[in-house]
Amino acid sequence: MKKMMTKMALGAMALTLLAAPSVWAENIKVGAILAVTGPASFLGGPEARTLEMMTETINAKGGINGNKIDLIIKDSAGSPEKAVSFAKQLIDEEKVLAIIGPSSSGETMQIKQIAQDGKTPLLSCAAAEVIVNPVASFVFKTPQKDSDAVKMIYNELKTKGLANVAVLADNTGFGKAGAEQLAKIAPEFGIKIVENEVYDTKDSDLTAPVAKIKANKEVQAVINWSVAPAQSIVLKNIRQTGWTVPVFQSHGFGNIKFAQAAGAAAEGVIFPAGRLLIAADLPADHPQKALLLDYTKNYESKYQGELVSTFGGHAYDAMLMLEEAIKVGGNDREKVRTALEGLQKLPGTAGIFSMSATDHNGLTIDAFQMMTVKNGKFVAYPAQ
Amino acid sequence: MTAELFVQYLFAGITYGSIYAIVAIGFNIIYNTTGIINFAQGEFVMLGGMIAISLLPLLPLPLAIGVAVAVTMLIGALMEMIFIRWLKNPSVLRMIIITIGISILTREAAIHIWGENIRALPYFVGNEISTISILGARISPQVLWVVGVCGVMVVFLHLFFQATSVGREMRACAANRMAAILCGINPRNMVTLSFVLSAGMGALAGCVMSPITYSQYDMGTGLAIKGFTVAILGGLGNSGGAVAAGLLLGAIEAFSVSVVPLAFKDAISIAILLLILFVRPHGIFGSAEAARLKTF
Amino acid sequence: MKRLLALLPLVLGVILVQILATYTGKQFYLTQITMAAYYSLLIIGLCVLMGYAGQISLGHAGFFAIGGYLSAALTTRNLVVIKSAGWVRLLDACGFLQGGKDSYGGDLLVVTPWASAIFAVLVAALIAVVIGIPVLKLKGHYLAMATLGFGIIIYRLALASPWLGQADGIAGVPPFVVLPGLVVRGDAADRVQNYYIAWGVLLLGLFLLLNLIQSRVGRALRAIHGSEEAADAMGVDIARFKLQSFVLSAIFAAIAGVLLTHFNGGIGPSEAGVMKSVRFVAIVAVGGMAHLWGALIMGVALNFLSLRGVFGSYDDAVFGLILIVIMLFAPNGILNLLASPKKGKVNPAQSETRQEV
Repeated sequence: MKKMMTKMALGAMALTLLAAPSVWAENIKVGAILAVTGPASFLGGPEARTLEMMTETINAKGGINGNKIDLIIKDSAGSPEKAVSFAKQLIDEEKVLAIIGPSSSGETMQIKQIAQDGKTPLLSCAAAEVIVNPVASFVFKTPQKDSDAVKMIYNELKTKGLANVAVLADNTGFGKAGAEQLAKIAPEFGIKIVENEVYDTKDSDLTAPVAKIKANKEVQAVINWSVAPAQSIVLKNIRQTGWTVPVFQSHGFGNIKFAQAAGAAAEGVIFPAGRLLIAADLPADHPQKALLLDYTKNYESKYQGELVSTFGGHAYDAMLMLEEAIKVGGNDREKVRTALEGLQKLPGTAGIFSMSATDHNGLTIDAFQMMTVKNGKFVAYPAQ
Repeated sequence: MTAELFVQYLFAGITYGSIYAIVAIGFNIIYNTTGIINFAQGEFVMLGGMIAISLLPLLPLPLAIGVAVAVTMLIGALMEMIFIRWLKNPSVLRMIIITIGISILTREAAIHIWGENIRALPYFVGNEISTISILGARISPQVLWVVGVCGVMVVFLHLFFQATSVGREMRACAANRMAAILCGINPRNMVTLSFVLSAGMGALAGCVMSPITYSQYDMGTGLAIKGFTVAILGGLGNSGGAVAAGLLLGAIEAFSVSVVPLAFKDAISIAILLLILFVRPHGIFGSAEAARLKTF
Repeated sequence: MKRLLALLPLVLGVILVQILATYTGKQFYLTQITMAAYYSLLIIGLCVLMGYAGQISLGHAGFFAIGGYLSAALTTRNLVVIKSAGWVRLLDACGFLQGGKDSYGGDLLVVTPWASAIFAVLVAALIAVVIGIPVLKLKGHYLAMATLGFGIIIYRLALASPWLGQADGIAGVPPFVVLPGLVVRGDAADRVQNYYIAWGVLLLGLFLLLNLIQSRVGRALRAIHGSEEAADAMGVDIARFKLQSFVLSAIFAAIAGVLLTHFNGGIGPSEAGVMKSVRFVAIVAVGGMAHLWGALIMGVALNFLSLRGVFGSYDDAVFGLILIVIMLFAPNGILNLLASPKKGKVNPAQSETRQEV
């Protein structure tokens, strides 16, 4: 019996060796590690769809310099250990030119060193600043800086003459990074954080913590920093307890679904975000306008019933940069890395990117625009 | 703590508690007739909400909910007939793993049907900012719907199991399968019926809570864990106990916010539950005798 | 000696796979086999607890996480700023600390991997004792609930504690120099070495467990599984044996956590998640419950496929399907279905009736 087992074990292992990946000709391989399913699927889903759409478009017009793109999307389901395994697979085995993703900062930090050691450009779609600060030469990120979003919010608070805030953050990497930046930058603007809570992305109702911060009479404004759907529950619960406090959101609110889910409770919240959400309202000569409208139109016609979000936009920017870099550097990791670092004034969905050896994000505070929700739609703040 | 804040916490606790209790009752229905814990219970809740939302453009709200409950009941019946009906004397562990498997499959099917986005039914009364004032605290009217539906369910189930012949037959199967067969009851049909009933309850719960919690493809797992916890704490099979345990857990979660950071809420509430379980290994409201009778 | 010989075909198989992989230029497969081997270490430990002692645990990812997180935190959390504190100096004097430079040139003072690993495993064992005593008094669904609850608590603590990195987990865990020249780390250059380290640990674990279940302890455990009352009447100290197997499986899980964390260079909260625990239980069941070989083979095979992402976004779906199909059609494990059952030899897993969860 035991012998039989062992024989079978051998057989099973030999079989797995036979399942070799198919070999592609001449094409440029681009890897992507995204949380398409699992707890962060609201990020990975739109990211994956955006990349698939862009790859199709690029290949339909004959590829980049005649080379078609082979996109290999690996679904990490938000697990760092899978991201680690996939990163090694893509770098050592598939020999991809570059990796787009992961969707979350935790996963990105776990594979940052792997990409660096493997000399493979990594274009993360996660927001935390630790990804590019300190800079690792092969690691880039496309979302705007958390610290800039914090400054936008604090500026607004200052103009309104509000100083004491309550911070509610979700327990994702995005929420964590945001809460850290909010605490770090507060003294600079004379802001005092008087209440601070972290909620779970799967919490079904948050009336209790809302009641707690409401009971603190010092609180003049609430900052709700989250990238998860639960942030809409916070908005509803704040208004349901009859509290009319000014509410600020982060750039993680940049998915119209969240505003729709909060319905009337979302009216009037203020948040900084990329201009993708208000593309149609931009002046005709805005450098991002054509690109933003184009992405919106293509995405929404390809994926019926889906609306464009800034999350998908982060993947869009990653592919866009890569496309530009490949035009210069071809199918060579080191040259593409150099080209990525040299990108100047490239309009993307998140803003206008200008990279340098010390700045692997390339966006400034100008990438943000203060927005608000009016009649269920995102509009520039202050609303007309 | 001011009186107003106290009442506000209390109502938050009742909201959470009712949601957990409804899910726990679903566990109990199936447990009572089969001795099985159906870990796919949370998926019924998800399906109910998701199907009703999908039907909403076509049907008025009450009808959409009605159809969603009916469809979920049908799915419950199919689940039982495909995966469970024909098994002879399955062990408890085997049933746990099969129902976990069903739960995973349902969830994966849901993400491929509905995508990863959150959806919600509209508030039955008013909208997202409607609020009513009770004893100085303010809550959404939808909370009353959840509490009301939970109450109606408990009463309905009590009457069903105690006063109808079908209900009594179902209890007979749980008490002594062989004797039930000798009395001419077909225990297999009773098991199917318990899945149908439990699926219906879950789907209805999914519809009433959807405006508050939203519906998402993966909401089932979390609810199933909380529901299972509450069902155990209340004494397996005891629906009144489930309501009491649900409200207790809800209250612990709501009031814990005032002393520990929210991030540790689940760790604290489950630690308290474990301590209770260590002192009373058969749950707060379950009797030790009954727990011993239900050997596997 | 005979038992050592029984392992020989497996040892040869392991070597053969490595040679084949290297020879065909597909050495990269070894990375995921190594990771899968560490998970299997946990799984064979759990197999003894579930299959032989008959106690379910829906919280074993918690022990894995205790091992992984503690060793990750201790070997990365910089003590330079508090190096003058008394306890830090004491640790340093005992040789538990090591200095170094981080990737950006800053000074580092951290606990050595060996000291962290031993500490992490001891903590896991201690926690297993403390919670094992009350938990193992529970039966059936109540036991399932209690272990599930333990797993959730660990997950929540990992997700809520800044010291454990919250949602981001801990990255930048240094390599573990087990012996001079023997290093647990994930670099491509050390792939073959790590493949053998992982299998070495796994085979050692398997050997220990095989011996255990053939010994007096094993007979006692099987007696408990068969009928606690009967075992009790025969003078078997049920509580002690149940606790021992619980602690043993926790130690296996913690060691797996420590080593995989050093191999991956980090750990995240998903390692502590409920779905992980469920997966481990399911793999033990799919392997045939009281079947160490089955658990080991299914553990390596299923984790390998999952870590390579062969099922894409259908990873969980395929896993769920495998679970259902095997539990429906081959409740004693897929290997028992393939191997013709020998007559007269009663496998505890095959006696399906009256099985305690």
